[in-house]
Amino acid sequence: MSILKVEGLTKQFGGLTAVNNVSFDVDEGQVLSVIGPNGAGKSTLFKLISSFLAPTSGQVRYRGEVVSGLKPHLVARKGIVRTFQETTVFKEMTAFDNVVIGHQLGQHAGPLGVFLSTRAARADEARFRESADEILDYLGLGHVRNELARNLPHGYLRSLGIAIAMAAQPKLLLLDEPFAGMNVDETDRAVTMVEGIRRRGITVLLVEHDMRAVMRISDRIVVISFGSKIAEGTPEEIRANEAVIEAYLGQDDEAIGH
Amino acid sequence: MAAVLDATADTAPNRGTTEMRRFLMTAVPLAIALYGVIPLVVGGQPYWLNVLTNACLLSFGSLGVWLTFSIGRVNIAQGAFALIGGYTTGVLTTMLGLSFWIALPLSGIVAATIGILIGWPLLRLRGIYFAMVTLSLTEAARLAFVNAGSVGHGVLNIPNPPGINSPLAFYLFAATMLLAGFVAIWRLNVSRIGWVFRSMRQNEELASSIGIDIARFRVLAFAICCFMGGIAGGCFASLQQNIYPQTYTVADSINFMLYCFLGGLEFVLGPIVGTFALVIAFELLRSIQEYQALVYGILMIVVMLFLPNGLLSLRGLISRRAGGAK
Repeated sequence: MSILKVEGLTKQFGGLTAVNNVSFDVDEGQVLSVIGPNGAGKSTLFKLISSFLAPTSGQVRYRGEVVSGLKPHLVARKGIVRTFQETTVFKEMTAFDNVVIGHQLGQHAGPLGVFLSTRAARADEARFRESADEILDYLGLGHVRNELARNLPHGYLRSLGIAIAMAAQPKLLLLDEPFAGMNVDETDRAVTMVEGIRRRGITVLLVEHDMRAVMRISDRIVVISFGSKIAEGTPEEIRANEAVIEAYLGQDDEAIGH
Repeated sequence: MAAVLDATADTAPNRGTTEMRRFLMTAVPLAIALYGVIPLVVGGQPYWLNVLTNACLLSFGSLGVWLTFSIGRVNIAQGAFALIGGYTTGVLTTMLGLSFWIALPLSGIVAATIGILIGWPLLRLRGIYFAMVTLSLTEAARLAFVNAGSVGHGVLNIPNPPGINSPLAFYLFAATMLLAGFVAIWRLNVSRIGWVFRSMRQNEELASSIGIDIARFRVLAFAICCFMGGIAGGCFASLQQNIYPQTYTVADSINFMLYCFLGGLEFVLGPIVGTFALVIAFELLRSIQEYQALVYGILMIVVMLFLPNGLLSLRGLISRRAGGAK
């Protein structure tokens, strides 16, 4: 059962075609990774799928419904939640408050109810706080719960970014380069984290550079190069694929992911 | 260390109690100053009562500007909305004969409605761009009223609020408005709406990725700001018994912003402290005539230089020196 269908997605910036007629399906409950050499158009594709960018042509369907071109918050409301590269968190809030604010979609009380602190608003808040602690513990952030995000070590910030996204109760989680810049230990922990997220029944689509991590956790892999899809298949199939090897060998060593 | 101590204390009911204590520690001294100290000190001096009435109303307006700061927008348009509110009260009471008590909320609503219509497209702008456009809005509002036919030369003979006719009564009325505005903004700020506003200031993209309708919340903050500007202008028009296109100019809009900066953007009390400090300082400097603007400017620079987070950051500095922790 596919949860997400990417159909002929194309994005042009002036004369440059960053993403060219890319199509693939994501099956429910799976981990699908999009990989490709530097400058292949991974980031643009990611923004198109998460609706932070509108496609020039083509579309993204979520459970049959076209979601490309919608405002990001509406896409999130449907259950598609993205993370960001690097360390995008609410820096002036504690880790705990970061995750509490992530629960916005679970809010039952309206703005006036929130202002007047009605019973419904207080119930929302109590639920969010409990859930935030659960998520923080689950992602191994429980002990830094009361630290301001800007004081957290770099390694924690990406986990916190995922914790914020988890708070929005995604059905489909889009991870933007979750392993970038990590050492072997950190990558191991992050891989375990993604596996845990998947065990919770959340479908994961990730865009990544690091081939090794991707090979370990993906059910399917889509490879793009110069904006176009050049291969799709299981990790084993991708590893043996001539076009993929060529695309990566055409790059410098660093791009292969050592 | 402080964070570790907080961790044990930060269970849900305790957080509520801490918030209530923090609220009372600010609201009670404010109420004592407004209802006790100020009437006792200047109760017999109509001139100073008038100045402080004005400070209360300006503070009320700057509380709104402070709210737009909390979503990360520098708003230099509050003069325009005070002007709109003042004109609404003036026209409704003199030409339609409405009671002040009906005209006043309507002034806020008219200002908020115009704020929503203008704010919806403009609030997409950030940083200096939003600031510049709002700055020009003030001038646009003035020009619009200058060319507004019979009211272009001002609305005169606006009645005082019924039953409020002495300087002291008007001061107490303005002080009550200010206290109510303070309580409302404090409540908003500690509620989840305040958290949503702050999340948008820190990162709008991240906020929208977790389902926050950033366009709607931006407009909400701006509309509340404009509402407060409209109310402040309506009260002022009724106090002065007149309103002219030049009652609120670009300089006033800039002042609203400066009040927030001076008091401190991190504190709900900030705009109030900033307004009173600047309004009183300006009055005291009146005696030195031509050097007024110069001294005023130097004072501003000194404060910004040594207290970049506003006058209220002094409180934190002092308690840190005294107590060591926190």
